[in-house]
Amino acid sequence: MGISPVLWQFLIKWLHASALFPAEASTIAPYADALYFFLLLMTLVGTVIVAILLVTFSIRYRAEKNPVATQIEGSTLLEATWTIIPLAIFLVVFVWGALLYFRIYNPPANAMNIYIVGKQWMWKAEHPGGQHEINALHVPMGRPVQLTMISQDVFHSFSIPDFRVKREVIPGRYTTVWFNATTPGTYHIFCTQYCGTLHSGMIGEVTVMTPADYEKWTQDSTSGMSLAQNGERIFASMGCNACHNGTAAARGPNLAGVYGSKLQLTDGSQILVDDAYLREAILSPSQHVTAGFAPIMPTYQGQISEEGLIDLVEYLKNLNSNYRVQQTLNTSQSNATAPDTAPGVKP
Amino acid sequence: MDNHTIAHTEEHHVSLPQHRHHFETEEQQREAATFGMWLFLLTEIMFFGGLFMAYLLYRNWYYDAFVAASNTLNIGLGAVNTAVLIGSGFAMALAVWAAEVRKKGLLVIFLIITTLLGTVFLGVKYVEYKEKFELRHVPGANFDISRFVNPPADARDQQHLAPDMAHKTEIYFSLYFAMTGMHALHMIIGIGLLIWLTIRAQRGAFSSGYVAPIENFGLYWHFVDIVWLFLFPLLYLINIHPMH
Amino acid sequence: MSTILSLPDQRTATLPKKNYLNNEHGILSWLLTGDHKRIAILYLISITFFFFIGGAFAGLIRLELLTPQPDLVASDTYNKFFTMHGIIMIFLFLVPSVPATLGNFLIPIMLGARDLAFPKINLLSWYLYIIGGTLTLTALVLGGVDTGWTFTTPLSTHYLNTHVVTAATAIFIAGFSSIFTGLNFIVTIHRMRAPGMSWFRMPLFVWANYAASLLMVLGTPVLAIAIVLVALERTIGIGIFDPTKGGDPLLFQHLFWFYSHPAVYIMILPGMGVISEVISTFSRKRIFGYTAVAFSSVAIAVFGFFVWAHHMFIMGVSNYSALVFSLLTMLVAVPSAIKTFNWSATLYKGSLTFETPMLYAFGFIGLFTIGGLTGVFLGSLGMDIHLTETYFIVAHFHFVMVGGMLMAFLAGIHFWWPKMTGRMYPESLSKLAAVVTFIGFILTFMPQFILGYLGMPRRYHAYPPEFQVLNVLSTAGATVLGVGYMLPMLYLAWSLKYGAIAGDNPWQATGLEWQITSPPPTENFHEIPIVDYEAYDYERLEKMKKHEVTTVG
Repeated sequence: MGISPVLWQFLIKWLHASALFPAEASTIAPYADALYFFLLLMTLVGTVIVAILLVTFSIRYRAEKNPVATQIEGSTLLEATWTIIPLAIFLVVFVWGALLYFRIYNPPANAMNIYIVGKQWMWKAEHPGGQHEINALHVPMGRPVQLTMISQDVFHSFSIPDFRVKREVIPGRYTTVWFNATTPGTYHIFCTQYCGTLHSGMIGEVTVMTPADYEKWTQDSTSGMSLAQNGERIFASMGCNACHNGTAAARGPNLAGVYGSKLQLTDGSQILVDDAYLREAILSPSQHVTAGFAPIMPTYQGQISEEGLIDLVEYLKNLNSNYRVQQTLNTSQSNATAPDTAPGVKP
Repeated sequence: MDNHTIAHTEEHHVSLPQHRHHFETEEQQREAATFGMWLFLLTEIMFFGGLFMAYLLYRNWYYDAFVAASNTLNIGLGAVNTAVLIGSGFAMALAVWAAEVRKKGLLVIFLIITTLLGTVFLGVKYVEYKEKFELRHVPGANFDISRFVNPPADARDQQHLAPDMAHKTEIYFSLYFAMTGMHALHMIIGIGLLIWLTIRAQRGAFSSGYVAPIENFGLYWHFVDIVWLFLFPLLYLINIHPMH
Repeated sequence: MSTILSLPDQRTATLPKKNYLNNEHGILSWLLTGDHKRIAILYLISITFFFFIGGAFAGLIRLELLTPQPDLVASDTYNKFFTMHGIIMIFLFLVPSVPATLGNFLIPIMLGARDLAFPKINLLSWYLYIIGGTLTLTALVLGGVDTGWTFTTPLSTHYLNTHVVTAATAIFIAGFSSIFTGLNFIVTIHRMRAPGMSWFRMPLFVWANYAASLLMVLGTPVLAIAIVLVALERTIGIGIFDPTKGGDPLLFQHLFWFYSHPAVYIMILPGMGVISEVISTFSRKRIFGYTAVAFSSVAIAVFGFFVWAHHMFIMGVSNYSALVFSLLTMLVAVPSAIKTFNWSATLYKGSLTFETPMLYAFGFIGLFTIGGLTGVFLGSLGMDIHLTETYFIVAHFHFVMVGGMLMAFLAGIHFWWPKMTGRMYPESLSKLAAVVTFIGFILTFMPQFILGYLGMPRRYHAYPPEFQVLNVLSTAGATVLGVGYMLPMLYLAWSLKYGAIAGDNPWQATGLEWQITSPPPTENFHEIPIVDYEAYDYERLEKMKKHEVTTVG
């Protein structure tokens, strides 16, 4: 970054100790702070220039010293100068900010995933291993962590100032943000989108642990079933396995390995099967129907909670074979008879 | 020592009683009034524009639901209403002409025809709304999707919708009522203004050269007409003849 | 023939016997007036009333924030405080502030006209404002609203039991007040300029209000429809913003911000117009780069329509969207920079005096520069992620709106007070108030930038204890600021009876408004002037003073 890392650390630590600056606790924080310092410098220089102009002209051209004003029309050269220079600076800021934005909102491929469900007025964190936290988030340091978030009711916003990350948490769709925490410790989690009475109570703590400590924590806090296991249970109990059983004559598409693939739809378009698609397919199945299948899937809107949907999504993410699906089919309650359908098409 | 405002004697035409004294000439007054009305119509375009944007978005997302819901509307009645409004627009244009040629009797007749046709439009809309109530297609707690999941034998569109897509028809009807409701509100206001203008016209207010109110109301009425000309195809005619 | 008449010596000035204030008597002559000047005074009284209510809420907010705990009032009450503060200050104070008071009073006179194009609509506009204001107070008295001034769905449509529809209706009606004012201005400026007054001979105050009027007329209707849809969703349950019914809450955000971003330019542009007039007068010079300043007003208006989604960068808009809106936001910042440099350059080789309006103008330039540049922080995508929804935003918009716009409003009130009332206010007291306001302002809002970067969220009733010192500083500043705002109320009221007589042109300024009496006659001009000279023609003013032709009014 052009500045010695040691000097940078020293500066940040000194600022943070003054209680006027947040800690830099993630890999992205120094990048955000660099842009911030540039912007501060820009503001300082701009303000100082204007102040100098105002003060010196006020002194030099005050009425006592300059009783007759000189009428000046203008100067195209000056207009051009103070148009182009600010524009150039703002464009630099634009590019820099855009690059930072993409850094913050594009997670690396190997990020571990944690789900966050926001509701009035608490944060629920769901780790894939089944650990559930309320208003707290334990993460390992040094690993990219992606948060997949959704709201159960109104707009919230998940913010960890010391990591310099924040994202709106919206009802009806997933939003994501990622970070890589660098320093063990506890840091504030805030809800930053006004959400009603206890908006300022919707706060928590993110605890960054060394990898060893984190391992220990996951062992100690698991509640039994992982998200995927819970998802499997829901998959069977809601009768999903009746149609999505992976056999050739199945009424529904085969879901093993579907996550991450590109799906061909009935209208000819293609769509990437990600978390958002899976969630939408469960709630509004007739919007994106897989090619070769009839739009007969019922909607589960109102029947599954956001946590349940997360469990199902986690389950489908890890579903590689239909062996257990067919097993549970034989022992599950759902026995709907199948109307005539086209043979199942593998995606 | 005050000077009083002196009427400009260099003007050729006599100052009309409706001349407002902050205007220097009647020309200025007339131009200002017309310009003001055009500007106001621009604000109306922005107002309806928000609804059209919402329509654009949801039609794109829920096309099948929009098709099915649109097919429950009575195209015959819609077409009648379109003809009625175009007719009333024509009558209004004739009214403006009558005012300009200072024919009081004709002006009043054309204004009355415009009003009557506008009222017919509202009557037909009432009939359509009533049907929506009966079919429980009004958005809200009472909304019923059964006709979309299982279309009855006499329905024009026999396409079965999956329940989740059928639920999206409520969005279509929200927009239907919001857009046609806003339009109807503008019609009602227009009819109120028409009655007032007709009364004044009967008293001779517009048959001696002062035609600005008639002209500017005409602009408003034509605008309301044009909004309908967009609403009709967008709401009634979605995928009437599906392309195969 | 020159139509500019007397420029009597201020020391011997007298109040004109018949002017717009005493032309007719009785309350009905005010409530049924068509005179743009009287309507301006009606507005001035009304917005001052609402300013103090909004200010009281600000005081209560800062009082609560002295301590980290939520200990002054209940959370729901606090939420109502900031909601009402926002609604009142934005819709009932800032939006009408300069246009409805100074604009209404001055634009016809500055153009050489006798009144605005549609005086009755002008009066209607005031009544709509009063109705909107009354409904807002009704919502308040009935228990208040706690949606935030931004009415975010689905909170406002499904999750609150307060008087949302009442408040929404109030804003809907107040919006029409704004639309009619803007419409009136546009038609007047296009059609009623005096003979010889081309567009580029108009004062820059008129250009600024013209640009703001474009925004009022084109933007406010979209807010209206957004509010109508929220009301329908709340009452009937139409589902247009409800994700469980297939609706999209983000659609509301787009519709809301499509108006609310241009709204901030509606609020600031007229203030910038005031600054142009004040800087010119107290430097005794034409504004440097008249054309650039005029065009930059229109440029801000046009660009202002295309940046709304910079309020939504973290809400899941597409990357492509985010890039486009961030780029446009950078572009809209440039015309403001152009203005700032042109004002500064106007001082060069001027003959400067530092009366109160000039002090406020300097305060504006300094604080608006900071506020505007912090807007660039927020327009920068990656930086916005950290800063949005924190006190940085609160500090930014208070810098531009209060440090900027409110200072410009006070500059204008002080500058044209002699013209509107015929009286001067006490200069030393007013200078003191200006300085106190400036200091109080910085103390109140500078700490909030720091709080923002630290991460303190906005609209928080309680906060972590480590933020307390900065909050206490901010509250202390607010107290000083309050004093700064109370002083003008007192001495301006005092001046109505006891202030020195102003005379026609106490500032020796150019502009048609300074060529008529203070206060002006109801019809503004005995004869419509013929304008064959540029704006800010100080040389002409000098020449006329030398050949004094008097037909004393």
